[in-house]
Amino acid sequence: MILKGRVWKFGDNIDTDIIIPARYLAHTDPKVLGSHCMEPLLPDFPQKAAKGDFIVAGSNFGCGSSREHAPIAILALGIPLVIGKSFARIFYRNSFNKGLALLEADIFDKVKDGDVIEVDLSTGIIWGPGLKVTAKPIPPFMIELINEGGLMNHLKKRLEAR
Amino acid sequence: MGMTITEKILAAHAGKPSVEPGEIVEVKLDLVLANDITAPLSLEEFEKVGATSVFDRERVVFVLDHFTPNKDILSAENCKKIREFAAKHRIKYFYEGGTCGVEHALLPEQGLVVPGDVVIGADSHTCTYGALGAFSTGVGSTDFTYGMVTGTTWFKVPESIKFSCYGKWQPWATGKDLILHVIGMIGVDGALYSAMEFDGEAISALSMDSRLTVANMAVEAGAKNGIFKVDEKTLDYVRGRAKRPHVVHESDADARYREVFEIDVSKIGLKVACPSLPSNVKNVQDLKSVTIDQSVIGSCTNGRLEDLEMAEKVLKGKKVAPNVRCIVIPATPQIYREAYDRGYFETFLDAGCIISPPTCGPCLGGHMGVLARGERSVSTTNRNFVGRMGHPESEVYLAGAAVAAASAVKGRIAHPEEVL
Repeated sequence: MILKGRVWKFGDNIDTDIIIPARYLAHTDPKVLGSHCMEPLLPDFPQKAAKGDFIVAGSNFGCGSSREHAPIAILALGIPLVIGKSFARIFYRNSFNKGLALLEADIFDKVKDGDVIEVDLSTGIIWGPGLKVTAKPIPPFMIELINEGGLMNHLKKRLEAR
Repeated sequence: MGMTITEKILAAHAGKPSVEPGEIVEVKLDLVLANDITAPLSLEEFEKVGATSVFDRERVVFVLDHFTPNKDILSAENCKKIREFAAKHRIKYFYEGGTCGVEHALLPEQGLVVPGDVVIGADSHTCTYGALGAFSTGVGSTDFTYGMVTGTTWFKVPESIKFSCYGKWQPWATGKDLILHVIGMIGVDGALYSAMEFDGEAISALSMDSRLTVANMAVEAGAKNGIFKVDEKTLDYVRGRAKRPHVVHESDADARYREVFEIDVSKIGLKVACPSLPSNVKNVQDLKSVTIDQSVIGSCTNGRLEDLEMAEKVLKGKKVAPNVRCIVIPATPQIYREAYDRGYFETFLDAGCIISPPTCGPCLGGHMGVLARGERSVSTTNRNFVGRMGHPESEVYLAGAAVAAASAVKGRIAHPEEVL
């Protein structure tokens, strides 16, 4: 699948308290969570981000808490993909469980805010203005999980087979 | 080739003779945990997938510790939903109100986690239980749901990094200073996806409370888990409280490590992590000009008896500086009672501290100690990210209990010896 989107750059160690501050965690409505996404760094991000935009980050994106509210908030803005140099492990699992795609690639210094880039999710190839990079392959186990429709679909099937 | 303690525990729960780093394994879970923030999302999923029961009503734990005592209507509604779910599924270990403590202090104390366990919790600081020689790690609400229904989960077996600690501890230094030192050394992603294993004579000398502190902050270096060898201290701690039998695993002499660090703890003084990353670590002596508005002594990192004991020693006969709020939060009802029985409350109250019920509240800017724009807190908690305890322009300095208490007295970051 090929996605095309506009880039929003965030740096290294973007933690879950930035992605969605804890004071909003009593909410479970994705719309509410999305409306506070990245608030401490960029309060108008939820208004300015458009459906289909991408986040491009440095290393250790999503570090901090286990809150699944973080990928939910990003997805609620219509952002389908984060490209980062590396991801914190709980955020990584949570994102795939929620359907937010993550690609590991070091393109942070190669793109500008607002650049439009294209990404082939199946091959991991990323291209844009003066850019062609192949992301680290998504682990086969994760792909299997995605192909099954995510962990909750896997669970549903497992329950139905009982 | 030998295996590490982490590999052995995962192999035992995967029903395999051995496992290797990088391998994906499906493992049986001994315990799954969620709290009032992460459970609500999970219960929605539980309904959606059509699940009707949990895998074992004695191995699913709910602790309503984050936004409790309920901070607002939404929090109260969330707690109500979890309470109803717990009642419907006859969950044996459901903690709220007067039984509630900060989860990662409460579960070990109540003997719900034992050596050799595999535990997942929908809270990133679930890695705390590694102090008991268990494999435990944080997950999101979806992975928790899967674990709660099936009693299983999947893991990529992590590589291990060893921290061999030797030397004599400096006065006042605790596990908090060690883990801040380590995170300062390797960075907030220095142990990404890996297991952090602590051993050596200086670790044997460390109290269980301090070991829990160290394991608690493994996630702040990006680790999957932190883990300790089981010794006599561990077994003493477990005896009399364990709700289940335990299994002792030990790393083989020829186990493989990605890296081994030798750490002389006699060189580790009192440490403070400055805003806005836990890796921004400095010596307390270098921060004496930093004034504070608040000092928080509590949390899953440092709300245990050892921490309150240190704070009490520093605060005895002293007064909290004017304009400083010093909030003391015994992490569990048992710690609360013990601190009360030992007379610590008198010292805290005489000094002008606020004694809070057990809650995670201020650590994550939830309630019970939120910071205003421009305010600064010293805190014994685990994260000092931008806006962690309140306004995005407030600041958090992480330290151990003795430094937090001394800073409360001085109104600025201070070494306990400046006060005594």
